[in-house]
Amino acid sequence: MAVVSMTVNGKPVSAETEDRTLLVYFLREQLRLTGTHIGCDTSQCGACVVHVDGKAVKSCSMFAVQAEGAQVLTIEGLAKDGKLHPVQEAFRDNHGLQCGFCTPGMIMTAVDMIRRKPNLDRETIRHELEGNICRCTGYHNIVSSIEDAAKRMAGAGR
Amino acid sequence: MITYPFKYKRAKSVADAEALLKGSPDAKLLAGGQTLIAAMKMRLANPSDLIDISGLRELSYIRVANDAVVIGAGTTHFEVATSTDVTRTIPALAYLASIIGDPAVRHKGTLGGSVANNDPAADYPAAVLALGATIKTSRRSIAAGEFFTGMFTTALQDGEIVTEVSFPIPQKASYKKFPNPASRYAMAGVFVAKTKSGVRVAVTGAGPCVFRVPEMETALNKNFSPDAISGIAIDADGLNSDIHGSAEYRAHLVGVMAKRAVADAA
Repeated sequence: MAVVSMTVNGKPVSAETEDRTLLVYFLREQLRLTGTHIGCDTSQCGACVVHVDGKAVKSCSMFAVQAEGAQVLTIEGLAKDGKLHPVQEAFRDNHGLQCGFCTPGMIMTAVDMIRRKPNLDRETIRHELEGNICRCTGYHNIVSSIEDAAKRMAGAGR
Repeated sequence: MITYPFKYKRAKSVADAEALLKGSPDAKLLAGGQTLIAAMKMRLANPSDLIDISGLRELSYIRVANDAVVIGAGTTHFEVATSTDVTRTIPALAYLASIIGDPAVRHKGTLGGSVANNDPAADYPAAVLALGATIKTSRRSIAAGEFFTGMFTTALQDGEIVTEVSFPIPQKASYKKFPNPASRYAMAGVFVAKTKSGVRVAVTGAGPCVFRVPEMETALNKNFSPDAISGIAIDADGLNSDIHGSAEYRAHLVGVMAKRAVADAA
């Protein structure tokens, strides 16, 4: 057991945890931030994507102790002052989700890809979504949501 | 999924990591962890200790020097894929890094981790072997041809740490991969490099370990064009056969990917 300290969604947090605790369990079970989902056992589905020090990573594929001192952003940290993030808005407006299980990972991946590649076309969006699996939508509206969000964010000067 | 218990230790330097490895024979190094942690979650790996070298700045760099691109072992796939130095000198290498796994994997996974693990379907070994790279470790330098010794095995000794890989800049190069549509691992990936000392063709994903194709190299040395290798059949004997494809299918894919790589490079 070790005490791990990090900043999650702008707030400093500190908790005792086993060395083998994956970051996703630390977020969900110790911090009760259950927006980050676990959709597989094999590191393939992307439902658990969060940002660590500004980069999208799978929180099921790193240990909480590795995030010591890091800045972590989860789906709960995107909305500001009761207003949804533009990517969240775009997913709602474009029917970018059905059951919603994969959505937190999709949105965190989308925010990361828009930051890295502001001029996204649909083919690039599909390539960038290779690590995120959705079993409902067929991806079409997810791609439309991200395309729309990228345009809105470019318009807003981000 | 919960891994077996282990002790986590963050190394302060490569020397510190070596000392920590010496003290615990069942320890493993943790770099990007994108293969190791998945294996630990499935309880296919059970290290006593994880020695984390992922934060070591001394392992994270890209330099261009003496007709080679020299990359620190801790450099992530994302950093290689987006490096202007790599894109300018060996675009095929930047491209290879840009199609490993998915964006989240590329943000964490490292060059050193990939070559040290030597997964039969990993992408980097093909570039290392085709470009005739040199792997530098905490103890010595190892030529690519001597480094990859078999499935998941390398010339690395116990406690030896990969610190950098030096890739000679080729005249022309290209990497073409036929990815498994689910995992993005190579069903067959072929890296073709035309260098001052000749053409080298390295294949990953198709066999138990990355390998060269001397018949293709001889033909391409005479005539660097897809036609030159169109008559060369790859022997399916000894190639991988699984639910994703038979050995015969993979043998055919090697020929197709090689021709595409030559066409792209030529």
